[in-house]
Amino acid sequence: MPFFILMAVLSSLFIGCSGGVKKEIPPVDISKLSENQPEVHGTLVEDKDIVLNNPLNQDWVSSGKNIYELKCLACHRLNEERLVGPGWAGVTKTRKPAWIINMITNVDVMLETDEEAQKLLEQCLVRMPNQNISAEESRHILEFMFHNDGQK
Amino acid sequence: MKSIIFKSIIGGSMLALFLLSACKPKGMQTAVQGDAALKAYVAPGQYDEFYNFVSGGFSGQMSVYGLPSGRLFRVIPVFSVDPEKGWGYSEETKPMLNTSHGFVPWDDLHHPALSTTDGIHDGKWAFGNANNTPRIARIDLTTFRTNEIIEIPNSGGNHSSPFITENTEYVVAGTRFSVPMDGKTDVPIESYKENFKGTVSFISVNKDNGRMNIAFQILLPGVNFDLARAGKAKSHGWFFFSCYNSEQANTLLEVNASQKDKDFVMAVNWKKAEEYIAAGKGVKKAVRYAHNVFDESTHTATSEIKTEVLVLDPKDLPGMVYFMPCPKSPHGCDTDPTGEYIVGSGKLAAVIPVFSFTKILAAIDQKNFETEYEGIPVLNYDAVLHGEVTKPGLGPLHTEFDDNGYAYTSFFVSSEIVKWKISDLTVVDRVPTYYSIGHLCVPGGPTKKPWGKYVIAYNKITKDRYLPTGPELAQSAQLYSIEGDKMKLLLDFPTIGEPHYAEAIPAELIKPKSVKIFKLEDNKHPYAALGEKQARVERKGNEVHVYMSSIRSHFVPDNIEGIRMGDQVYFHVTNLEQDWDVPHGFAIKGASNSELLIMPGETQTLLWKPDRIGVFPMYCTDFCSALHQEMQGYIRVSPAASNQPLTFSTGGKKDKPAQ
Repeated sequence: MPFFILMAVLSSLFIGCSGGVKKEIPPVDISKLSENQPEVHGTLVEDKDIVLNNPLNQDWVSSGKNIYELKCLACHRLNEERLVGPGWAGVTKTRKPAWIINMITNVDVMLETDEEAQKLLEQCLVRMPNQNISAEESRHILEFMFHNDGQK
Repeated sequence: MKSIIFKSIIGGSMLALFLLSACKPKGMQTAVQGDAALKAYVAPGQYDEFYNFVSGGFSGQMSVYGLPSGRLFRVIPVFSVDPEKGWGYSEETKPMLNTSHGFVPWDDLHHPALSTTDGIHDGKWAFGNANNTPRIARIDLTTFRTNEIIEIPNSGGNHSSPFITENTEYVVAGTRFSVPMDGKTDVPIESYKENFKGTVSFISVNKDNGRMNIAFQILLPGVNFDLARAGKAKSHGWFFFSCYNSEQANTLLEVNASQKDKDFVMAVNWKKAEEYIAAGKGVKKAVRYAHNVFDESTHTATSEIKTEVLVLDPKDLPGMVYFMPCPKSPHGCDTDPTGEYIVGSGKLAAVIPVFSFTKILAAIDQKNFETEYEGIPVLNYDAVLHGEVTKPGLGPLHTEFDDNGYAYTSFFVSSEIVKWKISDLTVVDRVPTYYSIGHLCVPGGPTKKPWGKYVIAYNKITKDRYLPTGPELAQSAQLYSIEGDKMKLLLDFPTIGEPHYAEAIPAELIKPKSVKIFKLEDNKHPYAALGEKQARVERKGNEVHVYMSSIRSHFVPDNIEGIRMGDQVYFHVTNLEQDWDVPHGFAIKGASNSELLIMPGETQTLLWKPDRIGVFPMYCTDFCSALHQEMQGYIRVSPAASNQPLTFSTGGKKDKPAQ
């Protein structure tokens, strides 16, 4: 019996001192997973955060059009027709600017929380992908949408 | 258990036992005790602590498991074609498997090695060797893809590789088979001793981008090089290689290469080699080898045939190479974390010899040589020996180290892991494996900073261990805790191919750097369709190039007509997604190569040569959304003399991409 007690003491000492070394392995932090990643998530914006231009900023319109052609055109047409996602014609008349920006940069959050976004998902049946569009780029897209809806 | 093993050591003839077969351990079925399941359990939603990079052996690939769960995360295609990912089938990846023998679609990957900085894993790259057609591959650990493969000339059977130096200055490649070289290649095999030579190659690694280059080769006697380890800390600047067949036999090696009591561990002073090169002592030899590089901006590999290699001959360059006698047919050759001790493993020997680096330097200084072997000094065995671990078990193969001064050696014949103390060479613990263990791995074990915690056994045979699956059973690994004073079995997990060697690295060193997508803005593929507006089809003679885009849930174009018999159709498919883990696949009925699997933002090309007239379906193979099944289209092939014009569309003419 004394032997077993000795063993128990010894092994606890062993584990005790090797524990200091093991702690050098940082614990896996799940929330850090998205850090340093090229994936972009904006913060949710409100309408008061957005300043509208009159007349439109033509540089932004042109930049927005380029982004549209690279990352949006595959699913969205500029007329009223729904392809994978809804057509963009009239979107600036039916949706608030902040809603549009949030759909572009925070689509996962919108699909979780926003009723209108959820209704669209029921119609389209494809979750809108996060296309890694920055806050600034999303503002340019909005400018292009105003342009598409005939604003000068 | 212990007494049974010791009895067999005393009672059995070493060689006879080795040749008979490995011992199947008894009592392993009930070896798991207490809280083992809890320690190996990683709950759903939780992450593993370590990545385990495991060689796929004769599958030619490398696999990635989590520890302690043993969950398989990924199979990385390296030296073998992989239709699942189009590796070796897509036009962009075909050059990666080019060699001086042409396209070689398979190899035998034995040893992964993870890059280090200051002797500690840095999580940048994994290297792997091709044992059959000698090559070294570099895998980028941000993408988990093979980014470079370099062929090794003057080599046959690239086994003792790809071991690396402290700051990944060099990756080495030692030839298993010595071969005739220097143009004297058509010689009788019987003239082995006269005409066959060995080489070890030092491949430099660019510390910024990992780019490899064969810096130099050392010309050596015609022995077989088996394994290797770089020196570290005080022995940084040296490299140690085990070699067998110092008898220089060329037939029936299991007898003819076991004649001598001792073969060698070879010590190479590579800093000295660098000095000789700087002094212009190297000789350039004409050779042919392929160097293949994958460019992540064009998503395309290129293959270049190189024709020259710098060779150093130690006979003319003293102080660069020494042999140390090592009993008997040494296999493993491992440097401990301090760099002072080099552990040999005579796989037919009854002892584990441990060499002292301090004593090696002293013996060299005093010219304490036993003899010479083909012009290379052989150091006095007793002068360089720290000591021998006596009666450790049967068939010692490989040794890894923990962070507390202990070594763990695998024993193939007696199927066990034996833990012993480096300082006084005493055996302190042993556990059975199931069974015929080859390599073993401690996370960080080959580095200056082992993380300890686990030892993993990679076993050759699993008979009676898992549900049967025909004549061949699952390959297997076993995870043991080494946190206490006694090793404890926690888990068995099956592996692919032959789990030869492996290394493990804390997840935190890799996970934060993982690439999620390829940015469309950075895609420089010459045939990319960056946006649907660029999607189109062009004819150049009998070549048709389809610039195709894919996104949930359609291709553009999805209907193509005007392809003719005799055409070579290149489908360059760009995945327009910018969302993590949304690849799209691409497959055509009757395609004789493979499918494509295209990552977000990437472009890949499938070459299709229609073999008959008709209309061929194509579709996306990777389930991408609720409308995945709708992601499809048709390609019409007309007779060679047809006047059918080349047209393409998605959604008909009126639905052409908006202008």
